[in-house]
Amino acid sequence: MRPTNIEDPEYFHRVVDCQYACPAHTPVPEYIRLIAQQRYAEAYMVNWESNVFPGILGRTCDRPCEPACRRGRLGDGEEAVAICRLKRVAADLKGDVGRMLPSAPGEFNGRKIALIGAGPASLTVARDLAILGYELHLFDDQKKGGGMMRSQIPAFRLPERVLMEEVDQILNLGVVTHFNRRIDSLAEVLSQDYDAVFVGTGAPRGRDLEIPGRSEGAANIQIGIDFLASVAFGHTSRIGRRVVVLGGGNTAMDCCRTSRRLGGEDVKVVVRSPFSNMKASPWEKEDAMEEDIPILDNHVPKEFIVEDGVLKAVTFTRIEAVYAEDGRRSLVPIEGLDPVRIDCDDVLIAIGQDNSFPWIERDLGIEFDEWDMPVVDRATFGCGHERVFFGGDSAFGPENIITAVAHGHQAAISIDLLCRDRDVRARPLPTVQQGSQRMGIHQWSYDSPVSDDIRHVVPKADKDRSLEDRTVEVELGFAAEIGYAETQRCLNCDVQTVFDAPRCIECDACVDVCPTDCITFTEPAQSEEELRTRLTAPALEPTQPLYLADGLKTGRVMVKDENLCLHCGLCAERCPTYAWDMQKFLYHVTQAREEPTEPIKWVSVL
Amino acid sequence: MSFIAPNFRHPEQGANGLGLRRSDYEGALSTLCAGCGHDSVSAAIVQACFEMDVEPHRVGKFSGIGCSSKTPNYFLNHSHGFNSVHGRMPSVATGAILGNRDLLYIGISGDGDTASIGMGQFIHAARRNLDMLYLVENNGCYGLTKGQDSATADLGSVSKTGVATELYGLDLCALALQSGASLVGRSFSGDKSQLVQLLKTAIAHRGFAFLDVISPCVTFNNTPASTKSYDYAREHIDVAGALDFVPHQSAIEIDYAEGEVQKVHLHDGSELLLEKVGKDAGALDDKTAALAAMNRAQDAGRMLTGLLYLDTELPDLHTVNRTVATPLNQLGQDELFPGLDALEQINAEQS
Ligand SMILES: Cc1cc2nc3c(=O)[nH]c(=O)nc-3n(C[C@H](O)[C@H](O)[C@H](O)COP(=O)(O)OP(=O)(O)OC[C@H]3O[C@@H](n4cnc5c(N)ncnc54)[C@H](O)[C@@H]3O)c2cc1C
Ligand SMILES: Cc1ncc(C[n+]2csc(CCOP(=O)(O)OP(=O)(O)O)c2C)c(N)n1
Ligand code: SF4
Ligand code: SF4
Ligand code: SF4
Ligand SMILES: [Mg+2]
Repeated sequence: MRPTNIEDPEYFHRVVDCQYACPAHTPVPEYIRLIAQQRYAEAYMVNWESNVFPGILGRTCDRPCEPACRRGRLGDGEEAVAICRLKRVAADLKGDVGRMLPSAPGEFNGRKIALIGAGPASLTVARDLAILGYELHLFDDQKKGGGMMRSQIPAFRLPERVLMEEVDQILNLGVVTHFNRRIDSLAEVLSQDYDAVFVGTGAPRGRDLEIPGRSEGAANIQIGIDFLASVAFGHTSRIGRRVVVLGGGNTAMDCCRTSRRLGGEDVKVVVRSPFSNMKASPWEKEDAMEEDIPILDNHVPKEFIVEDGVLKAVTFTRIEAVYAEDGRRSLVPIEGLDPVRIDCDDVLIAIGQDNSFPWIERDLGIEFDEWDMPVVDRATFGCGHERVFFGGDSAFGPENIITAVAHGHQAAISIDLLCRDRDVRARPLPTVQQGSQRMGIHQWSYDSPVSDDIRHVVPKADKDRSLEDRTVEVELGFAAEIGYAETQRCLNCDVQTVFDAPRCIECDACVDVCPTDCITFTEPAQSEEELRTRLTAPALEPTQPLYLADGLKTGRVMVKDENLCLHCGLCAERCPTYAWDMQKFLYHVTQAREEPTEPIKWVSVL
Repeated sequence: MSFIAPNFRHPEQGANGLGLRRSDYEGALSTLCAGCGHDSVSAAIVQACFEMDVEPHRVGKFSGIGCSSKTPNYFLNHSHGFNSVHGRMPSVATGAILGNRDLLYIGISGDGDTASIGMGQFIHAARRNLDMLYLVENNGCYGLTKGQDSATADLGSVSKTGVATELYGLDLCALALQSGASLVGRSFSGDKSQLVQLLKTAIAHRGFAFLDVISPCVTFNNTPASTKSYDYAREHIDVAGALDFVPHQSAIEIDYAEGEVQKVHLHDGSELLLEKVGKDAGALDDKTAALAAMNRAQDAGRMLTGLLYLDTELPDLHTVNRTVATPLNQLGQDELFPGLDALEQINAEQS
C-alpha cells in the first residue's frame, strides 16, 4: 500500500463523514462548534452558504449526514449526532442576519437567465447568480415560491413563516418573479433573449394505481401529492373518518398525518413491502405511529370496493418478501389466505412520483432516455442543448431538497462559465483551509473531550393540540441548553490528525494512548487488504480510509485507521516531538461567485 | 483543555477469559512527559495482564520514588498498591508477600531507585528469590529530579547536561543473576511484542523475576550521544532468541525442527518456547553461559535482550522459610494460638 497523499483535499474530506455525505458538503462540525459558542448567526451563515435553506432543512432534511456520522459507529446504543436538529438551533436562535446576507450588485451584468419552476433547485441557482449581477426571471405555476417545499411538506413539519423567510431572502436579491405562470413550451422560452435556461420543474406527477374499482370510486380516491397540495393551498380542509393511505414513502407519512388533522380518526398506512424495507425515513414512521397510525406491511392492493357508487373498502393480497440468492427481492402472495378487506371512506395513493415534460419539445436537441427522462450530465447539469440546464427532481427523478440545492450550485457554476465563454466542463476545484489548533501542550482551540451523552431527543408539541390544527408545528426544536449538550457529542471530525513522519521518534506514545486503537507502526505491506488485518485493532470497515505514512527511521510505516478516531487529540498531546498535530480542515465547495484559490494553510500558533 | 481520556474504546475490543476488556486493566491518564518510555511499559503490562486473565483485585503493585515509580498509577486501577519511599520498595513488598502468598506482586522501580539508593534492598530481594515481578524502567538517569546521571549510565554516554559520564555503568541483569534471581530478562520499551511475552513469562514464574527494560527518558536522556536513547536502543539491540509464551489452557502444538527451540514448563502449567540462537547458546538455567553471553554482547557494544536466564527449580522465600500457605489475614484464633499442648509438643521435639 502506498503512502496517503494528504495534500489531496479529497482525503481529509472523506474523514469528515457528515460533510462528505451531505450532497452540498455543508461543513457540519464547523457550524456545530459555532453553536456551542453561541455564535448562532455565524452558524446559520455557514449553513446558508452551503445549503441555502438552514431553517427549512433544519426541520425537513433527509439528513444523509446522520447515518454517516462517526458517532453512530462507536458502539452499542450510540447514535449519530442530531446534526439536522442542531441546524435548526442555529436557525431558531440566529436573530437578525440581514446584515450578514450578501446583496446583489445593484446593476445587472447584462446576462439574462430564465429559471423554470420555483423549487429549491431554481432558488439556489437564483441565489448564486443574483449576487453576481445576473438578471434572473423565475417562472412558476404556483402563486408563491418554494415549489414542493410549499405545496407538499405539511405545515406541521415546516411552518409557512420559516419557509417564506428563506425563500424571500433569495427573491429579495432582485429576482424577477413570474408566478401563476405555467411554461408550456421550452422552444418559446429559448426563442427569447435568455442567455441560459434552468429547468427546475421537479417531478410533479403522482403515480396512480390502476386496479379494479379505481374509476368507480374516483370521488373518494385521491393522488397523495395532489391531496397535500390541495390542503396546503387551502382547497381541502376535511377528509373522511376512516382513511387508507397506500404507499410506504415519506409522502405516505405526510398524507396519513395530514389526514389525522383533517378529521381522519381511523387512519391506516398499508404498504406492499416489509416494514423494514419501507422508503420512509425511520423517524417519519415513528412520528406517524406516535399519532396512532398503524402501518400494515406486506399487503398488495387488489381492488377498490365500491357499492352504490360509494367507496366502501380496499381489499389486499397478503404477500411475503422472498429473497433470491443474488439478494433480489420478490413479493410472493401467501397461498391459501383470503384477501384482507379494510373498510374506509377515503383512499390516498402515495406510491411514487414521475417526471413529466410535455412542455419540452423533442426537437430542441435535448435527448430523452427510455423512461422519457432528459439525459443530463452529472457534473455540469447540462444536456443536449448548450443553453439548457436541469437540476433538482427534474434532472434524475425525485430526490430531496438538499440534493436539489447541490444540483443548483453546480448548474449555477455552469451557467456562469457559459456566460463567460468558458468551458463548462472545467469545474472549479474545492478550496481548503487547514491549520493547527494547538494552543498549548494540553490545549486545543476546540472542545477535544468527548461527551458520553446519548443522543438528545427533540421535544414535541402537545399531541392533542397538534392533531387539532394542521399548522401547529410538531417538533419544538432544542432549547439552547440541550442544543449545547448535543453539540458536545460531535467529535470534530474535521480537526484532522496530521502526521509528520520525519519528526517521529517511534516512541509508541500515540499508539499507547489512543483510546480506540487507531494507530499502528508496522512493516510496510504490499496491499491494503493485508495491512487491514494486521493492525493494533483490525480495520474492518473498508469504506473508511487508512492513513499511511512512510519515511520513518526504522523503515516501518505509520498506519492510522480513520474509522473510529475520536479526534480527541491525545495522540498529539502525547507526542514528544509534535509529529502529530490536530489541524482543522475546512473544505469548501467552490460556488459560482467565487474564483477558486490555492489551498490556504493557516500558520500554526506554535 | 484535555487531560481527559475519552471513555470510548474500540467496539470490537474483545473480552478475555474473565469477561474483562483491556480497558478494565487501564489506570489513570499518565502525567509523565509525552513520549516517555515508561508509558509504553505500562501499556505492555496492561496488555500482558489482560491476555493472562489476571484478576485485577488479586494484584499488588509496589514502587519507590521516581517517574518510573509513579507508573503503577497508570495501569491496573482496580488493584492494590503501595507507593513506598525511595529505594525501599523491596522491603515493603517483602512484607506484603510474606503476609499473603496468593497475590501477584508487581514491583516497578527505576535505575535510580534500584541501582543507587535501593541497591542493598534490591540485592537481598533477589537473593531471597521473592515471588514477584521486579521491573526496572531503566533510562540511565534520575528523570524525576531533572535527569542526573544514574548508576546505570554507561561510560561516555552524554545526557542533556552535555557532560559525558565518567564512571562505568552497572549492569542490573548481571547483578540480579549473581544475587540469586531465578528469572532474568532484558527488553526495550519500544519492542512491545517482546516485552509482553517477557512479562507474561515473568507473571507465570514463581520466584524473583527481574526485568531490566530500557525505557528512554525523552526529556533528559534521549540525546544523540546517549546510550539510553530510542535510536541507540533500536540500533544496538541483539535478541537472545524469540520467545513464545503458551498459556496452560491452550495446548498449541507448534512444529519446530529438533534443536531449534527449548521448551520450558512453568509453575502455573504454561509453557515457554524459546528459540536457540547461535551454536554456543547454553541451557536457560546455565548461569555461566548467560553471563558470558551478556559480556560478549557488551564487549561488542551491543545490548542483549530477551529471556537471559530462567531457573524454575530454585525455591522461593516461602519454600525456604516454610511459611504458612494461608494468607495471614485468614488465620484464625486456633492457628495463631495453638495452645499449651502444641507448645509442649514443640518443646518435647526440641529436647
Ligand atoms: C409529500 C412530500 C414530502 C416531502 N418531504 C420532503 C422532506 O421532508 N425533505 C426533503 O428534503 N424533501 C422532501 N420532499 C422532496 C422535495 O420536496 C423535492 O425533492 C424538492 O422540492 C425538489 O425540488 P425541485 O427544485 O427540483 O422542484 P420542486 O420543489 O418540485 O419545484 C418545482 C416547481 O416547478 C413548478 N412547475 C412544474 N412544471 C412547471 C411548468 N411547466 N411551468 C411552471 N412551473 C412549473 C411546480 O409547480 C413547482 O412549484 C418531499 C416531497 C413530497 C412529495
Ligand atoms: C530518600 C530520597 N532521596 C532522594 C530523593 C530524590 N529523588 C527522587 S526521584 C530520584 C531518582 C529517580 O530516578 P529513577 O529511579 O531512575 O526514576 P526515573 O525518574 O528516572 O524513572 C531521586 C534521587 C528522594 N525522593 N528521596
Ligand atoms: S461526529 Fe460530528 S463531525 Fe463527526 S460525523 Fe458526526 S456530526 Fe460530523
Ligand atoms: S485523535 Fe489520536 S488519540 Fe484520539 S482517537 Fe484519534 S488517533 Fe486516537
Ligand atoms: S522526566 Fe524523563 S523519565 Fe520522567 S516522565 Fe519525563 S521522560 Fe519520563
Ligand atoms: Mg531513571
